[in-house]
Formats: sequence, structure tokens, C-alpha cells
Amino acid sequence: MAWPGAGCDDAGMSITDTEAAVVAARDLRRVYGEGPTAVHALRGVDLDVQARRMTAVMGPSGSGKSTLMHVLAGLDRADGGSVTLGGVDVGGLDDAGLTGLRREHIGFVFQFFNLLPMLTARENILLPLQIAGREPDPGWFDELIDRVGLADRLGHRPSELSGGQQQRVAVARALAGRPTVLFADEPTGNLDSTTSAEILDLLRSAVDSFGQTIVMVTHDPQAAAIADRVLFLADGEIVSDLQEPDAGTVIRTMDELRAA
Amino acid sequence: MTRVALKGLWLRRGRAVLTALAVVLGVAMVCGTYVLTDTISKAFDSIFTTGAAKTSAVVTGRSVVPGAADRPLPASLLQRVRGVDGVSAAAGSIQASGDGPNTQIRLVGADGKTLGNPNAPKLGFGLDFRQARFNPFTVSRGRFPRGDGEVVVDKGTADKEKLRVGQSLGIAASGPTRRFTLVGVARYGKVDSLGGATIGLFTVGTAQGLLGRGDRFDQIDVAAAPGVTPKALVTRLDAVMPKGAFVRTGKQQAAENSADVKDATQFIQWFLLAFGFIALAVGAFVIYNTLSITVAQRIRELATLRALGASRRQVRRSVLLEGLAIGVLASAIGLVAGYFLAKGLSSVFVALGIDLPKTSEVLKTRTVVVSLLLGIVVTLIASIVPARRATRIAPVAAMQEGATLPRGSRSRAAAVSVTALVVALALLGVGAFAGLAVGTSLALLGIGVIALFVAVGLLADRLVRPIAAFVGRPARRLGGAAGRLAGDNATRNPARTARTAAALMIGLALITVVATLGQGLRSSDRQSLSDAVSARTVVTSENGFDPVPAAVGRAVAAVPGARAYPIRHDQGRAFGKAVTVDGLPPRAGDVLKVDTGGRPAQPGPGQAIVERGYADKHDLEIGSAFTITTSAGKALPLRVSALQERNPIQKIDPLLARVLIDQRGFDRAFPSPPSDQYVLVDGSASRADVSGALRRFTDVKAYTRAAWIDERVAGFNTLLNLFYVLLALSIVVSLFGMVNTLVLSVFERTREIGMLRAVGMSRRQVRRMVRHESIITALIGAALGLPLGLALAGLLSAALADEGLSFSVPVGALIVFAVVAVIAGVLAAIVPARRAAKLDVLRALQYE
Repeated sequence: MAWPGAGCDDAGMSITDTEAAVVAARDLRRVYGEGPTAVHALRGVDLDVQARRMTAVMGPSGSGKSTLMHVLAGLDRADGGSVTLGGVDVGGLDDAGLTGLRREHIGFVFQFFNLLPMLTARENILLPLQIAGREPDPGWFDELIDRVGLADRLGHRPSELSGGQQQRVAVARALAGRPTVLFADEPTGNLDSTTSAEILDLLRSAVDSFGQTIVMVTHDPQAAAIADRVLFLADGEIVSDLQEPDAGTVIRTMDELRAA
Repeated sequence: MTRVALKGLWLRRGRAVLTALAVVLGVAMVCGTYVLTDTISKAFDSIFTTGAAKTSAVVTGRSVVPGAADRPLPASLLQRVRGVDGVSAAAGSIQASGDGPNTQIRLVGADGKTLGNPNAPKLGFGLDFRQARFNPFTVSRGRFPRGDGEVVVDKGTADKEKLRVGQSLGIAASGPTRRFTLVGVARYGKVDSLGGATIGLFTVGTAQGLLGRGDRFDQIDVAAAPGVTPKALVTRLDAVMPKGAFVRTGKQQAAENSADVKDATQFIQWFLLAFGFIALAVGAFVIYNTLSITVAQRIRELATLRALGASRRQVRRSVLLEGLAIGVLASAIGLVAGYFLAKGLSSVFVALGIDLPKTSEVLKTRTVVVSLLLGIVVTLIASIVPARRATRIAPVAAMQEGATLPRGSRSRAAAVSVTALVVALALLGVGAFAGLAVGTSLALLGIGVIALFVAVGLLADRLVRPIAAFVGRPARRLGGAAGRLAGDNATRNPARTARTAAALMIGLALITVVATLGQGLRSSDRQSLSDAVSARTVVTSENGFDPVPAAVGRAVAAVPGARAYPIRHDQGRAFGKAVTVDGLPPRAGDVLKVDTGGRPAQPGPGQAIVERGYADKHDLEIGSAFTITTSAGKALPLRVSALQERNPIQKIDPLLARVLIDQRGFDRAFPSPPSDQYVLVDGSASRADVSGALRRFTDVKAYTRAAWIDERVAGFNTLLNLFYVLLALSIVVSLFGMVNTLVLSVFERTREIGMLRAVGMSRRQVRRMVRHESIITALIGAALGLPLGLALAGLLSAALADEGLSFSVPVGALIVFAVVAVIAGVLAAIVPARRAAKLDVLRALQYE
């Protein structure tokens, strides 16, 4: 498998190591509204996401973490600065280009699963490939199903699945096209702690076994703890950057930031 | 993506069917119209070909005036025809198929009333039953008549009037009613009924006697010997024809007859199709609204598709595909429904007194193709805007809670609606007042009305709040908390409420136009009739338009104290075309005012008062000479002595013929015995006195002046009722739209309703809340539609003011329509209210 940036797994790498960066942001700015009521969601963020690693983005509500993910994934436009993803300048793409980018390079896992209610689990998983007009690789599909443990649930509709099962389907759907980057938006935000742990294991193993690059936005310190790196945002800026954290470190950092 | 769209539709199939219903009715109307008119055409074709099937050639008296009695053929001609080489058989017959006493035979029931629909033809035939090949009838019960006093009746009439073979039946033609014995029931070819016509069959001799034909025939049917073509036969027969007789092949005769009928069915077809198109347009509005709502409710789903890599094109296509699927479904159902609607339409016509001939329904390929295409295309057009709106959904909405559709620019929407309004008013103004050709004016007015509906529909979302504040008052006062919430719900999404109400608005506006113009027509007609006729009593036939025998006038004149003024009526031929002629009695001016612009209104010998329009068309001026040929074959030279000015309502409901001459000249030139359109009666004799003298005549009635005017004005009601029934269709379509919107709103507010129930709202109150919202929406439709209809009717009246069409507000009708709107609101709310009330509180609260 030729994953971008394969082979770079050194924890001591600098934040702006462009050689191994799958997603690179420079001086990102995003302002909502105008005049005195304007909200500066991002105030000049520099960031490189290393390949084959899981990067978590944390921060309190309104810190800009969701905006950051949206801009990185090409869902929202920056007002200043640049984003490259898989070597493509995202800011320069029109709607068709962004659609192509999403098909080729991006997978999403959502807080509320966002499965299509009329499709079975199997159809939901294959949907992105179908939209893009690509043939699924049967070997990869089987391996994926095996990994997410849904072999006996493939014919079921989302309404017949539990929340955890639905999110597993969603993870499989995001991985089916082997995207360059998987963006996960609060993937455990709508799950209880046991199923949360299962989903986190699944995401972790996608990084470890398949070399998947993941960017995850989360509130949950337990979730952030499985990441290789945790970025803390506050008021639109990166205020802290932890490598190989554990839950304790994450919680301590959160407390420190809250106190500051 | 196709699968996603179709499976999504399947998941929401209940709603999809509800949506489709909006188009089903329009398609059904179009299909039903085609089936009905094709069936009528086929019935007529089969009637004519049945008549011509075994007849190679037909000899008739050369018809001077279409519709009037042909000049009968002498009995000797039959012998002469039989002697022609190449003729294998020939038979003379009597054909009474006109509308005067000499040309119709009426069946009279035990109560002395004519059987069948008063407006339908009263046909009678005298046939040579020994020569079966010339007899288009087949007996289904009993037998054909063999001698005098025997009659056979068509199956349609026999069934309808429950006639039994063996019973006694009255028969009336030019003479007094006679008693006959019903010996059989027959069908014409395969047709049970010729459009509600009553048919009496007699031996030739009996029919000759009934109609005073002596030993002459109306028609001679000829069969060719083997090896002789019809054309060759016609050539040979032509050689022996006397002056005034005329030979055609059987096929020519059938073709000529069908051509006349085709024009009439074509008119019915376009008339009914117009209402189908209106229903389709309203349906399109409903579909547009429903799809807009469903797209708004599926923002997250559509955004997810975009996030998963779907292009705008794919999203647009999936919404259009949904529209297409709904269109295909609706058109298919509509096609089937239309087939059955054809039967319903024909009963509507029957109920309104318009009988049409029937055979088994005809479904042509054209009907299928046009109906399906129309339904599908209309639905697709209605999905274009919602589909475009869906493409504007940003993928990021997949992660946002409560995302709403990006609003189109408000200023642009305002600009579009104002532009549409200006264009509409300009078109209506030009169409109504520029004095263009009628066709152009009507086209401009039509497009103008559509533009006006669009403009008002677009502006409506601004009007919703103020109107709802007003029409919602009773709900607020009477409905308690539920009523207040209903008012708020109705205005929560003004665009949605506006579109829902606008669909109803269209139907209500059109109905208001019809009611207002109808009211104007009736009061104009009433005014015009009471100005023109001052006689104390008016005698006419039962249906008001068949002439009565001249003997009626003589009977009335014999009543002590009565002065009778019979108005003779017949058709003649001038300038190559038929024209109506009245013969005015002496001193007609005592009871009848003819507007001749100050010139004498009583034509003298050789003088004619000619209607101005007719005079203009044929370059006649006062002093011009022209000639009318009567159906008796006589030429009547005339000189124009005055011009008859018809007011516009008289153009629609003419009281007198185009040419008025003196009665003595009339009686000399036209066939005798003559007949009268009316007998005006004045003097000291009362209506009852006059009535007493009419007992021995069937179908003749004496009215007081006021009653006669009422009766005549009521003639417009049939037409108005037809319009009402047909426009009701588009109201039903908008009703489906209201049900749709409510169901979707209830679905959308599941959580909210759960919350209301949790804080103590009863099921009853929930139902009331939904019902009041529905009534408010319906009343908004009425508040928009009724004034709009009045304005349109006012505009049309103003445009036709020169034509004397008065404008008066039909207050009663407007109140009825407002009540209809409220009832529509209540009906539309039944299912959605029940659904809302049935919601399980706990599950509703958990609903995401």
C-alpha cells in the first residue's frame, strides 16, 4: 500500500514537518459576520497532519475546533491562509473540485452517524464508492467487514441497529474508499462509554493496521487519549500540542487551559 | 444515487402517494376527456356507418336549409329507382330528425309529458321493415311494428322510462297526441341510446300520416346489384333524378354527417381539457410546495450525500428523479382513473341535462401518450426549483443541527414577484382594453391570469402574517391555547403557508370569476327580457326553444279576453347560408319592443328588419334588396326597412331571429303548417285562462311574464353549474396540497407536539390545533382568491362594458365559497390531526 507519508512515524517530529504532512494549513483565518459583532473562529492556525497517525483536536465550545476541521476538509472556506490536502491546494478548488477531493481523499465519521435510513448497512458502506462510480475491492470490503464485526448485520437497515452498530457502519463507510484522511467529528459524542470504547478501538486499529490517517475532533479526554497527538484550541488558536498523551495528561492540560 | 433516490421514495411511500394524488386528478381529467370525446365520436361514427353499412346510395330531397325538413320525394320516384339497371333493392323511408313539429315525433307518457330529456332530439322513423338490409335497428325485445297504432322505442329510452312491451304510449307530431301500442324495443346498431334522443319506429305509412307527408318519402335507400360499384350506381341514378332530388353514396352521407359531429366533439374536448390543464397547474403548485418541504426536511440527508462525495449534479438529479418517479406513478394512476372518470363526466353531463351517446369506452394510444407525458412533464417542471434549492445545501450541514436551507435573496424574490405582477397587469390591461382580435385578447388574458396567480403566489408569503392575524381571530378566540398555537404555526413558515394557500386561491379565484360573470349575465338578461317583452302571458314549448305548432296560437286567440301575438319562426337560406326568420304578427309592437333606432318596428309586406351584425356582414343597408329561399323551395324577395339593434346579452340569448318579416308574407313563403317560437298573450285573460286552452297540446306551456323571464334566465344556470363542477376538481387538488403540508408539518413538529402533550395538552386539543391551522390556511386562500376573482371579473366586465355586461358582486356565492374553504380546511385536517393526536408522548420526545 502506498500511503502518503508512509514510514514517518517518529514522535519527535516538528509541528511543521512538511515532508510527511498529509494535510497542511498555514496561517488559517476564518471570520463569521462583520463589524463589531464579527466572530474570529480561527486566528492564524498553522498545522501539519502527519500521515498514518491519529491527530485529535480538543477545545471548549466556541474554540474553533469544528471550524478548523471544516476548513481542513474543504467543507468551509478560509478567509485567509491556505490548506493543502494530499498535495492539492484546497482553497483553489471550485465546487466540482471539492467534490472530487471528497471522493478521492476524504472520509467522514459524524456524531449522529448520518446513515441513510432507506439503505441497508451494506449499501450504506458502499455508498461513497457508488457515488464516485468506483468498483468496490471485494477483498478490502471483506476485511473491513471482518474488522468492524458486522458480517451478520449487513442486510439490516439503520433503524434495526443499535447506536454503536450504526457508528461501526459509519466507520466502515468512511474507510471503504481508503481515503487519504478520515475526519471524525465527535465520533463518540452520541454513544455510551462502552460503545464509545469499541468505536475508539476501531479507529485506533484503522491507524495501526491499515495505516489510516485520522483527524478527530472531540470533547472527550478518553477519546483524545488514544490519539498519537492532541492539539488544544482556544479562541481560534492552537494553544497546546501534546504527543503520545494519556488520559491523565489530556485532563491535566484541559484544566491548565481552563485556569489560564 | 438512483437507488438512494428510489429507495428513499419507497421509505416515504405514503407521502409520495399523497404527493402524487395532486397530479393524478389533472391527468385523470385529461385522460377522461379524451376517452369521453373519443367514445362520443366512435358512437356517432358507428351510428352513421350503421346507417350506411348496406346502403350503396341514398336519395334525398335537396336540402335548402340545413336542419329544416328536406323536401319529400314523390312515391313514383321509388318505382323509377327500382327500375334503374344495377339496382337490386330500394326502400323509401320517413326520417324525422329536426326540431319543428313537422320534423320530430315525440313520445308522450301517461302524464301527458314528453318522455326523455327536453333538450335531446326527438327522432322518429318510418321504415320498410320487410327490407332488413336498410334497417339499421335491431330488435332486443318484442318485434318491429306491422301496422298502424304500433310503435317501437329505442332501448335507452325504454330502460330509462321503464317502458314495457305491450303498454300504451302517446305519440305526437304535427297533429294531436294519439295512443299507440309499444310492440318492441330496439337498438341502433350496437348503440343503446343516441345521446339521450328518444326514437320512435313506425311503419312507413304510419309515419307518413303522423307527419302529414301523404304518400311521399324523406329518403330512398338503394342497394346495388352484385358487381355494380356505389359510384357507378350514383351515376346511373343521377340520370333519372327529378329536380330537387339528390343522390349520394352511403359512405359520402356517413362522412358528411360525421364531419358535423366532429366539430361539436372537438369543442367539448377543448372545453374539458382546459379544466384538466387548470387542475394540472394547481397540481404542479402542490407538488412544488411538497417537494420544497421535503427537501427542507432532508437537509441533513442531502448534505451527508454531498459530504460523501456526491456532486451538485447528482443531488439535483436525485431530487428530479424523485419528481419523475412521482410523475410516472401519478400519471399511471391518473390514466386508469381517467378511464373511469369518463363515465363520471358523462353522468355529470346527463345530470346537467346534456345527454351524449354512449358505447364502450375508447382508449386511444394518443390518450395514453398525452396523459402520461403531461403528468410526467408537469411534475418534472414542478421539481426543478426544489432540485435547484437542494444543490445549494452545503455539505457542512451534515454536521450541523437545525440547519436550514440557504435562503434565496429576498430582494430578488421581491423583484421577481413585482415584475410578474407588472407583466400580469400589463397583459390583462392590453388584453382587456386594447381592442385586439378576440383570439389574441383571450390569449393575452389567459397568460395574464397565469402571471397574476404566480405573482400573487410569490407575494403571498408577505401577506400571510397580516391575513392570518385577521382570519385567525376566531381560532384565537374560540380555540383557546390550541387556537393560539394554530395561528402561530400557520405563520411560522410564511412561504410554506403561502404556497399551500395559493393552490386553493387559484380554484377559488376562478370560481369567483365564473360566479360574478354569471351573476352579471343573469341580471343583464333579466333586464333585457323585461325591457323587450311586455305581454302578460308567454306561451312556449316545454324546453323553451322548440317551436310550437301554429294551432297553439289559434287556440289561445279563441280564449275570451286574450289577444294572441304568435311569433312565427323558421329557417331560410340567404347568401348561401341558413338564416333564422321570424314572422311578426300585426301590432306586435304592443307586446314586443324591437330596437330599430327609431324606424318603424313593424315590417310591412316585402320588408325585412335585419339584425345589424348580419346586415354588416352581407353589406345590407336600409333600402337594400335581398332574397331568402325557404325550405318550401320558394324565393322571397325582401327590402331592408330597418336594422334591428341587438344588445350584447341578446347576442348570447337572442329573443328574435336575424330577419323579421310580416306574418302574412311568412305564411305564404314558408312550409305549412307553420310554427311559432313564442305566442305572446295580452289582454284581460289570465295565465290560467290561457293554460286551460292548451290542455290538448303536449309540451306547450303558458308562463306569466315574470315566470317566463325566470325560466329563461335560469338557462344560464346549467352552464354555471358545469363550470362549478369542473372547477371543483382544482379545489380538490389543492385540498390534497393542504393535507400534504399538514402531514409534513406534523411530522416536522413531532418533538414539539410531544412536548405540548407532556406539559398537559390533550389529544383533543392537539387535533383542534391542527384543524385550526388548516382552517386558517384555507381562509388565507379564500382571502386571496375571492378578491382576486372579483378583480378579474371586474376587469372582464369593464372590458365588456360596451357589450352591456354589468358587474355585480354575488354576495351569496362569495359567502358560500368562504364556507366551502372552511369545510375544505376541516376535511384536509382530518388525517393529519388524527396522526398528531396519536403520537406517543415518550417516543415523540425522543424523536430526533
